[in-house]
Amino acid sequence: MARSDYKQKTVAVAGTELSYLKAGKGKPVLVLHEELGNPGWLAWMRALSENRQVIVPLHPGFGVSPRVDWIRHVGDLANFYAQVMVERDWVGADVIGFSFGGWIAAEMAAQNPRQFASLTLVAPMGIRPPQGVIRDLFEAPTEAYLAASVKHPADTAEFDSLFGGATTPEQFERFQDATAEAARLAWQPYMNNPALFYRLALVRDLPTLILWGEDDAIVPASAAALYRDAIPDARLVLFADCGHRPEIEQPDRFVKKLKSHLS
Amino acid sequence: MHIATFTERPYGPVPEEEVIRNASFFGVSNRFLDPVKAGALFNRYLDEKLYAEELGFDGVMLNEHHANPFTLGAVMDVEAAILARITQRVKISLMGNPLPVTDPLRLAEELAIIDMISGGRLVTGWVRGAGCEQIANNINPTYNRERFDEAHDFILQAWTKDGPWRYEGKHYEYRHVNPWAKPIQKPFPQTWIPSLVSPETAVFAARNRYSYIALATFLPPTMEMWNLYADTAAEAGYQAGPECFGYLQKVVCADTEEEAYELGKNYIYGGGQPAFARPEWMFPAGYNSKAATKRLAYALSDPETNEAVVSGKQAGGGVDVAQTRRYNHEVLYENLLRNRQIIAGTPDTVLPKIRHILETLRPGIFSIWHIEGGSTTQQQSMRSMKLLAEHVLPQMREWARELDLPGPDEVRPGSRKLPPGGQRDPVCDPGARAA
Repeated sequence: MARSDYKQKTVAVAGTELSYLKAGKGKPVLVLHEELGNPGWLAWMRALSENRQVIVPLHPGFGVSPRVDWIRHVGDLANFYAQVMVERDWVGADVIGFSFGGWIAAEMAAQNPRQFASLTLVAPMGIRPPQGVIRDLFEAPTEAYLAASVKHPADTAEFDSLFGGATTPEQFERFQDATAEAARLAWQPYMNNPALFYRLALVRDLPTLILWGEDDAIVPASAAALYRDAIPDARLVLFADCGHRPEIEQPDRFVKKLKSHLS
Repeated sequence: MHIATFTERPYGPVPEEEVIRNASFFGVSNRFLDPVKAGALFNRYLDEKLYAEELGFDGVMLNEHHANPFTLGAVMDVEAAILARITQRVKISLMGNPLPVTDPLRLAEELAIIDMISGGRLVTGWVRGAGCEQIANNINPTYNRERFDEAHDFILQAWTKDGPWRYEGKHYEYRHVNPWAKPIQKPFPQTWIPSLVSPETAVFAARNRYSYIALATFLPPTMEMWNLYADTAAEAGYQAGPECFGYLQKVVCADTEEEAYELGKNYIYGGGQPAFARPEWMFPAGYNSKAATKRLAYALSDPETNEAVVSGKQAGGGVDVAQTRRYNHEVLYENLLRNRQIIAGTPDTVLPKIRHILETLRPGIFSIWHIEGGSTTQQQSMRSMKLLAEHVLPQMREWARELDLPGPDEVRPGSRKLPPGGQRDPVCDPGARAA
């Protein structure tokens, strides 16, 4: 991938320094990354940035942006990003959150749905699945967690380019930073907020798209229906034969669904 | 010198192939635990502590690990309470209570009760707890150090400040602190801090004037920690002495060399201490500081290929049990004997090796990690203790006088003055002649 695709910026905001990746021009789309840090500048981001401004903040404490001490729960992190949106003039952006980042986006929507033009949740954590459990990130080697995150690792080209081969020291360090901060925020209750389902009832008049792989082995797809039922204007699209990362497992269909939702 | 006896109190009958296949004691299913056998083992270990007192040891030392056949004592204070009642003279040292994973008010009560029942014979010890203790108790590892510091401060207050009072901290809150349990020892029980060469721990122990116990670590890094302790002590205005330092060492004795050699193999049953827990359990997310994580990331990478060595790939179906067992016996055991991590022999051959440790480290506390686990019988274990008590301990006591190695009961840690001029004296002797 060409590095000139995007720029990394660091700004003073909400009482700290926040780094983010940015590409493209037009109406902003805010991307909230997953629990292992932002995996990279992905094909779907490139596709979207052709006619939209794509902004990927790097969560505080996940290795690049410094940790913020008062953020002790995901709800705090959601409040932090709400402050960032106001200060950076991003209010009214579309938001898309992946896994742990989907949980942040859902918390933000519950706190103030009017800060977004639309909400897209990709296999979000945050609601405890009625069947199965969210896979434990903290007890197993990260490599095992990653391997479980896509259904067909060997046939998923972008997965192989991101995570194939041995873990490099840089990756090891990033995973350590990210999992440590994820543990700090979501050790218990593990990766969910028991009140979130009920608090999402206030999310009205916010076009919401939920995307989920039917064979997700990280966040069981049984939670998808709960998310759909919790958010009044939500639409759920399931991806067959797909794991936790539809954006790289079935990128064409993913981009199509996303673009039609955003337009 | 204070001479104690210690054992991990393992669940000996755990199938060795299960430990090897799992590449770790932690994580082996408890379906292999027979409570009748475990109960008998608890009683055996308690009887051996009584026997240690009868034989003339100065102290009995316990430790605590959770969800692990490596150590049955998951709630060490229960055993300590029994020992408080059934022993008469020995110090009962707890190495240590994992502060971050235990309710500190409850701990203050338990330990004070043990000190009261024993008539003031408790030696308390504080640890962060291994990574797997955080997992087994579901305690957020990212707050491990903060919880350790806060719990430590809180317990000292609970022991020394009259109640009732209210406490509001970051990780703990109590609306009514007024334990009807106070230690007999004033202002609080004698305290030793066990550690695996962690600089932060050496500094913590020195600042608080607690003795520092090196848990069977290699001599050069142990001396580094003792020098760090002594430097910190000098900054705090006192001279560290042997009373500030303790050392734990695996020692097994038998009537013949061959017998001791065979018996010592039980130290590496299932892979022994190196197989305690896999890396992902030893170092869960956020358990170490970012600086320590960085050190780890680069220290564990092959400089040629850049490949990280840390992984859990060794566990599972791919493990060759017979080959691993052979490796443990032929390579691991021989290495541990050669580098003196294990001392096995008759009293005559054991003594010079202990003398070398005493000369080099100059400890005022020496704890013998006696043989248990695997196929060790109670008779073998007790025979080893008897040989040590009759032929090794008297000589060690004589050497302790000759080398001037007082324990913390003879000289209070932190009570020595710095020499005139303020430059501290050496605390160990790296030039001691190897036996």
